[in-house]
Amino acid sequence: MSTYSQTDVRMDDDPALRPEREATVGSAGRTERRRRRGERLMVPKAEFRSYYGLPVLNEPTWEAPSIAGYLFLGGLMGASSGLAAAAELTDRPHLARAGKAGALCALGGSLFLLVRDLGRPARFVNMLRVFKVTSPMSVGTWILTAYGPQAGLAAVTAFTGRYEGLGRVAAIGAGLTGAGVATYTAALISDTAVPLWHGGYREMPFLFAGSALSAAGGLGMLAAPLAEAGPARGAAVAGAVVEAAAVRVMKRRLGPVGEPLNQGAGRLLRLGGALGLAGAALGHFAGRRSRTAAVIAGAALLAGSVCTRFGVFHAGVASSLDPEYTIGPQRAGLTQSETNETERTTS
Amino acid sequence: MAAELSQGSTSLEEDPAADNGYGERPRRMGFFTDTSVCIGCKACEVACKEWNAVPEDGLTFTGMSYDNTAGLDADSWRHVKFIEQPRRLGHQEAEVSVAAIPEQVVEAASARSPVSLGMPSPLSPDGSVGTAQDMDFRWLMASDVCKHCTHAACLDVCPTGSLFRTEFGTVVVQDDICNGCGYCVPACPFGVIGKRETDGGAHKCTLCYDRLKVGQEPACAKTCPTNSIQFGELDELRERAARRLGQLHEAGMTSARLYGHDPDDGVGGTGSMFLLLDEPEVYGLPPDPVVTTRDLPAMWKHVGLAAAGLLVGLAAITWGSRR
Repeated sequence: MSTYSQTDVRMDDDPALRPEREATVGSAGRTERRRRRGERLMVPKAEFRSYYGLPVLNEPTWEAPSIAGYLFLGGLMGASSGLAAAAELTDRPHLARAGKAGALCALGGSLFLLVRDLGRPARFVNMLRVFKVTSPMSVGTWILTAYGPQAGLAAVTAFTGRYEGLGRVAAIGAGLTGAGVATYTAALISDTAVPLWHGGYREMPFLFAGSALSAAGGLGMLAAPLAEAGPARGAAVAGAVVEAAAVRVMKRRLGPVGEPLNQGAGRLLRLGGALGLAGAALGHFAGRRSRTAAVIAGAALLAGSVCTRFGVFHAGVASSLDPEYTIGPQRAGLTQSETNETERTTS
Repeated sequence: MAAELSQGSTSLEEDPAADNGYGERPRRMGFFTDTSVCIGCKACEVACKEWNAVPEDGLTFTGMSYDNTAGLDADSWRHVKFIEQPRRLGHQEAEVSVAAIPEQVVEAASARSPVSLGMPSPLSPDGSVGTAQDMDFRWLMASDVCKHCTHAACLDVCPTGSLFRTEFGTVVVQDDICNGCGYCVPACPFGVIGKRETDGGAHKCTLCYDRLKVGQEPACAKTCPTNSIQFGELDELRERAARRLGQLHEAGMTSARLYGHDPDDGVGGTGSMFLLLDEPEVYGLPPDPVVTTRDLPAMWKHVGLAAAGLLVGLAAITWGSRR
């Protein structure tokens, strides 16, 4: 006798007894007369079925101000460090300094937001227990660990004027790792069961890179003198265009799953794209002559990037709350493979 | 643990404990929840709460059915679902009809005049006996639980290593490690795991890891009065499930089907299998769940491309722009 049945109340393993679990439910009734009808389907099969319309997935517990805010700040700091490194190497000290300062401030803000969003903030250091390539959050933690000190060093040396050689190395290091900081967050949100985020995993890194680039360009335009801000204006144009293109491609490929990108909070995404393109255009055409235009364009670009990140975040949450986005594509895939199966066997 | 120890009798893919480096280990354990005999008593929910000291999950009234638990999360590790359908259950007849009265009884009664005893009549006022046609109805009940996937997304994405694979092939949260980052919550394709507001940590079914350790079956399976929840070695449960499916099909219950039994599905098969009487989505289960990390290599590739593009673009813009 197995150790799993220790009472004599239910002797499941006793071969002499037919256990309850073998009850043939639904067998009552006149089977002879009724056999041909079997289980009658009274209601024609509906297109979409769910359990009282409740979501299949649990809603992400991440709070929008923290995590969507971090998506923005992470992009801003990563691309700003890249811009600062490039400016440093092409002898544009004011633009470099603006990027370094912006990156350090965004880093501080990011760490605050990330730790605040933890359910047990005192245990944030547990992130450093392991390195897991299957967890973008773990990979991101280590990217930030490599990036953070370099970004800090680059900014501090730039403002104190000490150890300039070391600062230069740190700035280049921060610029290179910054590219990872600005894009890994796309894998972070795509590596979930949220239909919109997961479905858009091909375009999400480009969307985020574009948004990061336009934010860094905006910051550069705001903070650097007009003569040095050429790369910032260029980055803004490139970023806004890449972002808009990525959103377009994503919407087209996602089909019905992409609906939340157009509805409700998804409208933020459209606003973000419009602000980005307008800011980039203003910067490109008027930003090299007018300080006012540069400031307005920079502010629009930063605001546009914020809107884009919050839009993507909220649209994802909305797609997790509607069972149709979870069930619909899965059911369609099953039907498709069944059809293929039938075609293969009949032909 | 009295169950015999194996050295990889199943293929590597179906033996997650072996994948995780367990050498000598017990066989993979799991649940088979046969919803055809579930009576919706919710004893599993209560037993689970009692044994695991799971706190109250809000006293909500959903108003949609007897289901006021609504879903699995940090504070509900078993969840009994109730589905009402205008459809017959196997051959079961919901029609009301009275058998013909024997002739002798009618003859004997005809000689006497009836006297009212003031009892309510079972017949309609005009004395006719009718049948209630088209009253087909069935009530589906099912106890949902963590699936303990072969390829578990929650475990894959956990950045602290708090979620781990046990020697039984199950997936468990280490409460003293979890820092409440919440990544596992949207990663689960079944909507099982949740973050508890009171302590900030992630919680879900442990398949009663503590009970398994000492050779006991999980609390829900132990208490289930109809044996709808069955616990055992996964290999044996798979055979049992296939047998039960055949038995029900033979009895005319053609809508019966298994869920989570296929090692080739998107999560590599689940440690908790189900016998359902309708499509999975009717029970709030995803019809074709996929572990999100299946696409992670492609995601990293795209991230790498975007990061490289970002650097190249920045360089091109900076060195290309006029002074």
